[in-house]
Amino acid sequence: MARIRTTVDGLVYEDDVEPRMLLVQYLRERLGKTGTVIGCDTSNCGACTVHLDGLSVKSCSVLAVQANGSEVLTVEGLERDGQLHPVQQAFHDNHALQCGYCTPGMIMQSIDLLGDNPDPTEQEVREGIEGNLCRCTGYQNIVRAVQDAAQKMKPGASASQPATSSVAGGGA
Amino acid sequence: MIPASFDYVRPTSVAEAVQALADGGDDAKILAGGQSFIPVLRLRMGDPSLVVDLGGIAELRGVREEGDKIVVGAMTTHHDVTRDDLLNQHVKLISEATKTVADFQVRHRGTLGGALAHADPAGDLAAPTLALDAEFVIAGPDGERTVASADFFEDYFTTAIGPQEILTAIRFPKYTGWGARYEKFNRVAQAWSIVAVAATVKVEGGTITDARIGLTNMAGTPVRARGVESALVGQTMSEETVRAAAQAAAEGTSPTSDADAGSDYREHLAKVLTGRAVLAAAG
Repeated sequence: MARIRTTVDGLVYEDDVEPRMLLVQYLRERLGKTGTVIGCDTSNCGACTVHLDGLSVKSCSVLAVQANGSEVLTVEGLERDGQLHPVQQAFHDNHALQCGYCTPGMIMQSIDLLGDNPDPTEQEVREGIEGNLCRCTGYQNIVRAVQDAAQKMKPGASASQPATSSVAGGGA
Repeated sequence: MIPASFDYVRPTSVAEAVQALADGGDDAKILAGGQSFIPVLRLRMGDPSLVVDLGGIAELRGVREEGDKIVVGAMTTHHDVTRDDLLNQHVKLISEATKTVADFQVRHRGTLGGALAHADPAGDLAAPTLALDAEFVIAGPDGERTVASADFFEDYFTTAIGPQEILTAIRFPKYTGWGARYEKFNRVAQAWSIVAVAATVKVEGGTITDARIGLTNMAGTPVRARGVESALVGQTMSEETVRAAAQAAAEGTSPTSDADAGSDYREHLAKVLTGRAVLAAAG
């Protein structure tokens, strides 16, 4: 067993974990954060994407012990005061999901992308989410949602979110 | 699947890591960025007794200039490689190839040293290091040694790194002002290369004065396309010249046949992609 201390969605947790425990297992089974899902379990699909110290990662390909001392942001840490994050809202507004299973990872990767490139072209969005598979939508509305969110998150736009802190990947 | 149990240590210096590997015996394995190794553990294709995590060793990260060389710490992530000004300026080929590795999430975690030590024949970073005549700095119980890229890749997933050794850095000569292109052929986004070509060329006054070309997935190890290089050097740059020289790209290769491509198709791809890569690098 190894002792780890992490900040997840703004709260500090301390736990003893087996070294073999994956970060996604830790989030789901220890912390109950089942918003982060396991899709393929082979590092392909990106459904388990979270932010680790401000960068998107596939949490099935990180050991929980590797997150010791780090900040983790999951899809459950995005909303503020009952308001969805602009990217979450854009996914809703643009019907950017059908079964919804890829959505948590898509949203986390899209936020990472927009933090890096606040005004991506359609091609840049497609490349930015290439590590996330969706088997329902054909990606059209996902790409639209990301571009819609980008517009609403521009300085001076009317989104009522403290978007910049989340975009930077801060845990809270 | 959940990996089998293992012990875990996270040393904070290369010396400690070398000691941990020695203490761990034959079943100890090194964890770098984990983007190949953790899937291997999850699929239970590997069952180490001890995992030595290099993630806590600050001296293994970062890019620096040392005289006429650019030195990249083995634990520098792909993400950091693609954004590094020294590499973009002096070793553009490695920056270009690294941009094509997997996807953003994997590039945030995966490391240059880890990818090279893993030595997957379809991996994208071995061919550029071969083309660039990189040197591999390896630390072990007897101290540090340096291996040339031509001697580093021995076979499928097999390198010159000994069981008690750690790859600590990759040293690149400077190719300042050279054009570079990594031309990759795969079926879908984030898939492994079926074939890829790493090309960097120096063009002066319309003449190709130097050329380095490495091939990905045309054998168990990366292959240097020396026939193409010698056919290019001294020639006036033109599409015709490049396409003609590229016909030598499959010489000395031994590509595999698998579900993605037969060996003859891989040979065809090597020629076509070499032409494209050199033209883009020279453009």
